[in-house]
Amino acid sequence: MPDKYGNVLRFRLPTTHCLPQLADRINPEWVELHKSRGIETYAHKLYMRSTVLVADLLIYIPAVVLYCYITLKDKTPSYRLLSSAVILLYPGLMLIDHGHFQYNCISLGLTLWAIIGMLSGRELLGSMAFVLALNYKQMELYHALPFFCFLFGRCVQLEKKAGLWKLIKIGCVVIVTFLLCWLPFLGDFNLASQVLHRLFPFSRGLFEDKVANFWCSLSVVVKLKNIFTQQSWVFMTFYFTMIFHFPSCIHLLFKPSTENFKAALVNSSLIFFLFSYQVHEKSILLPALSVCLLLPRKPFFCLWFLIMSTFSMLPLLIKDGLVLPYTVTMLLFLITTCYVMDTNTWKLAVFENPPTEILKSVMTFSSAGFIQAWFYVCLIEIGILSWLSVFKAPPPKYPDLWPVIISVFCCLHFLAFLVYFHIEQFFGEHCETLKAKGTKSD
Amino acid sequence: MDADCSPVGLYFWPVVAVVTCIKLLLMPTYRSTDFEVHRNWLAITHSLPESKWYYDETSEWTLDYPPFFAWFECALSYGAELFDPAMLIVDNLNYASKGTILFQRLSVIGADLVFICAVKEFCSTLPGKKNKNEDLLSQPAFTLTLLLIGNFGLLIVDHIHFQYNGFLFGIMILSITRITQGRNLDGALWFAILLNFKHIYLYIAPAYFIYLLRCYCFTQANRDGSVRWSSLSLGRLVMLGSIVIAVFAVSFGPFIYMGQLEQILSRLFPFKRGLCHAYWAPNFWALYNVVDKALSTAGSRFGVISVNASTASMTGGLVQEFDHTVLPSIPPVITLICTVLSIMPAVYNIWRYPRGPKSFLRCLTLCAYGSFIFGWHVHEKAVLLVIIPLCLRKQAQVYILLSTVGHYSLFPLIFTSAETPIKVCLMMMYCILTFMCLGSLYRTTKKNSMVSILPRLQKLYLLGFIHLYIICEILLPLMPFTKKYEFIPLMLTSVYCAIGVLWSWLQLYRITLSDTTKLQVKQD
Repeated sequence: MPDKYGNVLRFRLPTTHCLPQLADRINPEWVELHKSRGIETYAHKLYMRSTVLVADLLIYIPAVVLYCYITLKDKTPSYRLLSSAVILLYPGLMLIDHGHFQYNCISLGLTLWAIIGMLSGRELLGSMAFVLALNYKQMELYHALPFFCFLFGRCVQLEKKAGLWKLIKIGCVVIVTFLLCWLPFLGDFNLASQVLHRLFPFSRGLFEDKVANFWCSLSVVVKLKNIFTQQSWVFMTFYFTMIFHFPSCIHLLFKPSTENFKAALVNSSLIFFLFSYQVHEKSILLPALSVCLLLPRKPFFCLWFLIMSTFSMLPLLIKDGLVLPYTVTMLLFLITTCYVMDTNTWKLAVFENPPTEILKSVMTFSSAGFIQAWFYVCLIEIGILSWLSVFKAPPPKYPDLWPVIISVFCCLHFLAFLVYFHIEQFFGEHCETLKAKGTKSD
Repeated sequence: MDADCSPVGLYFWPVVAVVTCIKLLLMPTYRSTDFEVHRNWLAITHSLPESKWYYDETSEWTLDYPPFFAWFECALSYGAELFDPAMLIVDNLNYASKGTILFQRLSVIGADLVFICAVKEFCSTLPGKKNKNEDLLSQPAFTLTLLLIGNFGLLIVDHIHFQYNGFLFGIMILSITRITQGRNLDGALWFAILLNFKHIYLYIAPAYFIYLLRCYCFTQANRDGSVRWSSLSLGRLVMLGSIVIAVFAVSFGPFIYMGQLEQILSRLFPFKRGLCHAYWAPNFWALYNVVDKALSTAGSRFGVISVNASTASMTGGLVQEFDHTVLPSIPPVITLICTVLSIMPAVYNIWRYPRGPKSFLRCLTLCAYGSFIFGWHVHEKAVLLVIIPLCLRKQAQVYILLSTVGHYSLFPLIFTSAETPIKVCLMMMYCILTFMCLGSLYRTTKKNSMVSILPRLQKLYLLGFIHLYIICEILLPLMPFTKKYEFIPLMLTSVYCAIGVLWSWLQLYRITLSDTTKLQVKQD
């Protein structure tokens, strides 16, 4: 668990500088750099766990509640509250943060604050929050492109002068926030480059363990690592990631609506997860956060995705001894989502009224009933695979059999979801535009 | 019945599923010595012949529940064999392997199915939805489901502390349901069975006895509502008696045959214990102890009485017994007399003005109250025996007061710091649910806020719990001088709660008796 030492080594994170200091107050032994490795007393554990809980309470939870409050204005207050509860019950984040032990709620929470800023028109505050998130965890780069395209698109839409002025303002905020975060490391060039080096460890492999991304799944068939050198893999993955980004980003650039922005966040982070270099299984949390945001509007597919994303981390969770919480939180999430989200919309609202002709022709090809049936089959498969990997030892010839099956299974679904979310971004008729039309006609 | 109009709606199983998930999540938490108690009983009932069950003293936690519970453990032990046979060895004291924990926790969750079914059964006697679009919160059955199945006390006591109360309360609710449906014999049967599972339910036996005698065995009443002595139906009396005796015969018969009745009774009713449990249950005697303590402190300060150090160092009941210094010490007989006196009005009321099942439930609650407040060596957990029947009744004000107080008084049961957030969060959730549901059920106008059904003084008292928590759990432990007086937080808690328990008790009595006078006025 790298974050066990994170409290000591987290110099890359100016934002959490206060944590070790607090620990120092309580018990100085905990923060001594080298001695503190492997300390795991009851009190220390309790302290570490409670720091995550407090971070969650202060940053992530209020952001989710506020998000549901501002984006679901057309629904009843109790529905808003319940949907925020459902989003908070997302098992993946809970298990990783409070079971495996990480501080994802801080970076994801800050990103969510940034998104709220964007959606509510406070772009300066939003970009500041995003820069903070980025400086908290470099993984937030997965979300960076949609932010850029959205802001740039908004600026271009404005009148020439006003747009330029806005762009300059945003740029200044971003640069100043960056400078403030990096202030302690800027004096020494070596130190700064060392920090960068740690942030982007290109010297590591193409992927770690078994990840449900494209390269890992492909390497089951082809031994990818032997084909190219590591250096060329870095460029290859970068190239593919960028290529796949084009459609959604260009679309967002020209139509920077908030709905497109949210969909692009999903697409971009999912592409990063599937195609970029050195992906961890935990990185699925980044696309998952963006999917959580769509959950109240598109319950069916989002629920499906979120369950798959948690399932893809199963081998890790088994290693951490989190099988019971995994099972229970999954069931809890499934039940509450099905119950809270309007049962009518959860029965494939997308397919009942296909918004465009193109989509209609796609729908006739794969009928709604088929997809719904596939969802249930998928749930059953998840159950069976979970049971196998917990209770049955794999055949000795293939010790990694279950993790490999899980990652390939999940990867195929993620690719399908990528297609779906692209369709959603390009053709989905959005509530926002509907509402705008409605008010205009009134 | 049409599914749309049935009182047990579509929400029932989702609520059950969510609560069960929470129970499962509580599996790895702290567990008290009761866990070992039940493990030991599993081992005894599995490995020893029946004749030795009530004689085994390998562990200090000897079998002290009636025979049905022993048989229940015996049945469970066959499941336990599949998980980890080592837990069934009597000499394996304090054995807690992963399999053992998993099995025991699951057995509690599984046994709760009885409770869930009983709640469903009771809810189906309630009036259903009036129209299809009615809000969930304004349906009594929904509120009841939520408050019973998600009951904070049961979660804490059964699924963290470890006991099988949910299962037992299930049988109790089932018996109450049968009586409210007018199926008196079934009710009596279930209650007799319940008594043979756990004898603490003897506390509410007077209500059953008087109600069944008055409303089942006597078939007619005079015009003013008093009993007509000549209407005693011997047939019914015999039926009732034979059912109860048959149940007891099945349960105790084999042991009486083996000549062990005396031994079992001495196990079931140990009178060697003190007036109060280690942590004072929030009842009348807690107040009595504190008054005594205050008087003795004051007295020794002003030199009126001389107190020797040994009696004054009362460590909050860490010792089982202590003598009162100023006020007279209480022998068990006094508590018995107090209890009987306290339930007298309720019992007389049901005898003189029986008004069907409603008055039965009322009398039952008051009996439970009386024995909790004045009983000998009462456990704080016994408050559930009052809370659960009260929940079945339409007394929102009293319930809000008592459930908050009673559940708060369970806090000292769970004292480990890792579980503190769990208990606080669960408690807050349960309080919010209670206020929300009962508030929307009982408020008079739409605009009323949720807490407006409470009088102002009660609101202030309930808000005091937040301060009490901060003082007891945060401020006092930080003070340097409290090392010497570790009992102060516990004492404060139980005294503050005792006030609330007595208050709600008096309130309930007032409501009961004023209802009766109303009835009298009507008849005149």
